[in-house]
Amino acid sequence: MGASNAATVLSKRAAAAFVAPAFVLIAVFLIFPALWTLYLGVTDYALTGAQALHPQVVGAANYASALSDPRFLNSLWVTLLYVFGSAVVGQAVLGFILAWAFRAWRGPIRSTVEILVILAWIIPGSVVAFLWIAFLDTKEGTLNGLLGNAAIPWLFSWPLLSIIVVNIWRGTAFSMLLFGGALTTLPPSQLEAARLAGASGWQQIRDIVLPSLRGHIMTNLLLISLWTFNDFAPFLITAGGPNFATDTLPVYIFRNAFRNLQFGYGAAISTIMLLINLVIGLAYLRVLRARD
Amino acid sequence: MSRFAPMEDLDRKGRRTTRDLKPRYHVRMGALFAVVVLIAAACSTSSTSPSTSAAPGASATTGTSAAPGGSSGAGGAPIALKISANAVVGGKNDLTAEWITTYVIPTFQQMMAAQGENVTVTFAGSGAADEDYKTQLGLDFKTGGGADVIVGLDDIWVGEFAEANYIKPLNQVGGAAVDSWDGWSQISQAAQDDMSYNGQRFGIASGLDGRVLYFNKDVLAAAGLPADWQPKSWADIITAAQQIKTKDPGVTPLQINAGTAMGEATTAQGFLPLLVGTGVNIYDQTTQKWQGNTPQIRDVLTFYQQIYGGSGLGDPQIQLAAKGRDQSFLEFSQKKIGILLEGDYLWRSVINPKGGIDPEADRDTNVGWALIPAKTPGSGIKGQNFVSISGGGGSVLNPNTKSPKEAWALLSFMASKDAVTASVSKQVRITMRTDVNAATLTQDPLLTFVSTKVFPITAVRPGLAVYDQVSQALQLASQEVVAGKSPADAATDYQNALTKLVGADHIASGG
Amino acid sequence: MRAADPAGALRGERSESALVMLRLVRRVGFYVFIVFVGAFFALPMVWLVLAPFDAHPTLNTALPDFTLGNFGDVLKDPYALTSLGDSILLAVGTMLLVVVLAAPAAYALSRIRLPGRDLLLYLLLLFSSIVTGTAAMVPLFLLIFDLGLTDTHLGVVLVLAGGLVPAGIFILKDFVDSIPTSYEESARLFGASSFQILRDIVLPYARPGLAVIAVWVMVNVWGNFLIPFILLRTPSSQPAAVVIYNFYTEGGQADLRLISTFGLLYSIPVVVMYLFVNRRYGFRFYGGLKG
Repeated sequence: MGASNAATVLSKRAAAAFVAPAFVLIAVFLIFPALWTLYLGVTDYALTGAQALHPQVVGAANYASALSDPRFLNSLWVTLLYVFGSAVVGQAVLGFILAWAFRAWRGPIRSTVEILVILAWIIPGSVVAFLWIAFLDTKEGTLNGLLGNAAIPWLFSWPLLSIIVVNIWRGTAFSMLLFGGALTTLPPSQLEAARLAGASGWQQIRDIVLPSLRGHIMTNLLLISLWTFNDFAPFLITAGGPNFATDTLPVYIFRNAFRNLQFGYGAAISTIMLLINLVIGLAYLRVLRARD
Repeated sequence: MSRFAPMEDLDRKGRRTTRDLKPRYHVRMGALFAVVVLIAAACSTSSTSPSTSAAPGASATTGTSAAPGGSSGAGGAPIALKISANAVVGGKNDLTAEWITTYVIPTFQQMMAAQGENVTVTFAGSGAADEDYKTQLGLDFKTGGGADVIVGLDDIWVGEFAEANYIKPLNQVGGAAVDSWDGWSQISQAAQDDMSYNGQRFGIASGLDGRVLYFNKDVLAAAGLPADWQPKSWADIITAAQQIKTKDPGVTPLQINAGTAMGEATTAQGFLPLLVGTGVNIYDQTTQKWQGNTPQIRDVLTFYQQIYGGSGLGDPQIQLAAKGRDQSFLEFSQKKIGILLEGDYLWRSVINPKGGIDPEADRDTNVGWALIPAKTPGSGIKGQNFVSISGGGGSVLNPNTKSPKEAWALLSFMASKDAVTASVSKQVRITMRTDVNAATLTQDPLLTFVSTKVFPITAVRPGLAVYDQVSQALQLASQEVVAGKSPADAATDYQNALTKLVGADHIASGG
Repeated sequence: MRAADPAGALRGERSESALVMLRLVRRVGFYVFIVFVGAFFALPMVWLVLAPFDAHPTLNTALPDFTLGNFGDVLKDPYALTSLGDSILLAVGTMLLVVVLAAPAAYALSRIRLPGRDLLLYLLLLFSSIVTGTAAMVPLFLLIFDLGLTDTHLGVVLVLAGGLVPAGIFILKDFVDSIPTSYEESARLFGASSFQILRDIVLPYARPGLAVIAVWVMVNVWGNFLIPFILLRTPSSQPAAVVIYNFYTEGGQADLRLISTFGLLYSIPVVVMYLFVNRRYGFRFYGGLKG
């Protein structure tokens, strides 16, 4: 598919017309406020207090303040673990397994499991917090009850593991949906041929499915990594604790900036997060291009 | 028709399908639906004019939010006022919402009509977390909007809102009528100061609360403590807790809030009541200095260590849990906690057998209360033996209001004796008016206790904009101790954080 | 089973029954795995099923003190039901806007091979992560205020769509990329316009992708608290994600009876919407393209 093909299929004029509406919306409601927010990062703007009245440009002071805070580095590390554990290893893998298992299976069991997975995604975040606090409670939690009345303090001794599991529970549905949709675009003939030639399920996946779906896989990983990186939900379950063990960057920003309506400082930290995600994204894209 | 896309009506095996019809039909319908939905969304804006949206006696209705009030004018021309509160019928602060919609609005409108003024009032309720409500207020003030009378502004927000010029002194907005209002004589100086900043009144307090030590009498009785237990020092509290622990290992003896998860509840119901028991408040108005790494701060942290440092007198997990405060209330109501330091909120809204969220059926007979002792007798602020902390919220006028005279009339009406009496008709609470308190509090022993015994000895939090962040530093210091740091180290960390907030010149340290 | 030739047949026999055994073990293993996954997803939800029917629910899961009164109490809030309607309005409205804008854009960006397309889209994605967070709260509010769209559902839909369209395009591009251009080329030869090609060829084949972003947008908007909260002021226009916070006490404690009940009611419409999209436009196994 070279440029010449593209030109015969879609004229530049039509392409511009197709992109224009999205572009207008994005320009007004995305790019403009985003740039404004980036600008706030070099000011000491706050919503209340004297800084609301007279915001000053403080240059890189916000950035210096954040980067020199040891808790910032702790948050960064916790967030990377959280993203890697729950999104990359958890949601993507489990989502793919479920999508693969469901691809040619109809029936009550499949429908039930599918709905359960979707429900976990849909239930409002504030309610999910109560669900999991009740489930993991030390003295009377459901999990401990199932384990024979063990009194394992999940949220205190393994807080990071707990929120990773919660995030996997919550987010697998998206990967399942995306891979499910992607799998329907695969021609069955190739898989049939491979199966008849004696390839096992795993070999089919490794040699046919994964290479065909590489674009989808990268898209999925980029999206869920970005979303998990910015996920504030752990705060509702552990409030960043105990003692900063689950103090991910969104919780850190909340604690240090947004709770006090310090939007200038918060914007600066958000910009740092954006740059980190850019680096992560570039790393992913590098891997994609390397395998091309 | 579909000669462009031959594969559409032939599937892989060459059989005809009807797929070619579906997308076109659905795309058309979808586009039509989209247009309809977008038009409906645009029309669903509440752009009705405020003056038509409320009728006397109607329940909560709505109005535009972008601009306050309506036209101003002398008697005859219709005036529209809006009240906003973080209250919603059937939900958060339900009683306030009900009071406003069923009493305040109809009564005030009738009152104004009798004076020949055509005033309609609407109520813009909301049910959000306090910080979110504060954000909403900030955004509205910033764009010149918001209601005319704003109910539920926390006392600790007054400073930052004033500094941002979001609110102005009451007499600047409402005129001379403010200073000559007779209601001020019924509001204690402490309550007036609570809604003041830099010596000027910015609003009218809606009440004041007080903190005490609650205890489950049966738990204490099992440990050999009297039903009218009153500790005289911190050591007494520790001794009582130890006795409870020995006699009843299944019960957590003591709960004094600590940690960042509980937010301001840690500072107001934990750190500060202890701190004022060592002789100082967190901020000294005369020297304009905040307590840094002082012996008093270290004393408080040492007390926390005695409770949570492994002695089993308190449960550290509650302080570190996200919903620890809810958990502590539940356990107290189930008699799994012996002694709990809290405000009258616990009595009224949590363990209240009628409608509380963790009702304790035998609250009236089995739950006792005691004054919070100073560290040792006489070591409290002003040399007191007992201490407490009080706070509350209040109502303010929006400087952007288009009808300041009428807005003040509404606000002062809401603070009048009749209105305030009506506001406590369903559930008694401590109001800001001494005359109303005298008449209504007699039914409730705890509230009477707070208003007669606690208020005279209580202290308030400083109304400065930076208080919020200092409070968070205190919460963090207490958390570090709960997590195992030494009080000396936690105090050093606290001082470092405080220096970044207020500068070294404004810190009292040493010792 | 059969006696006969020792070495060969025996070997063949064993591998045949061994194969059957292996397949059986795999099948059982698969079902065990599915049951485990189902339990993993279901068990935490038990609280949501029990607590609304409990007169005194707590943060622990317990057998309920059975009552239906909580539902009546939730409905005492005049905005409980209207908020569900508002949520549906916002979810469906945003979904339609995103799909209508993202599909043509994804198609165009796929066929006009921009160098660095993926990088550009990823940059927009990064921007959207700022705009969907708290950092952009004040700029968004001021923007909507200047446009005169405060307290309108339209304002909320536009802001939400602006934040979701980049990811929508990002997801769709892979689906569109996998459609070979040969069909469009032959359509071109027959004189079809670009719009007709988009409508009649590309969209049907991108249906799985469209279904994914439709569901994803709806779920996202359904759970969005921040944007409706800061842009809407009229209580009757707030969606359920905001109204759920009505059910806390003045001190910030959750009234678990009301929260759990409302949470249950709140989850139902989205499941219905998911089932609807799934059945009409969902992930059926098509005849395939590259075969």
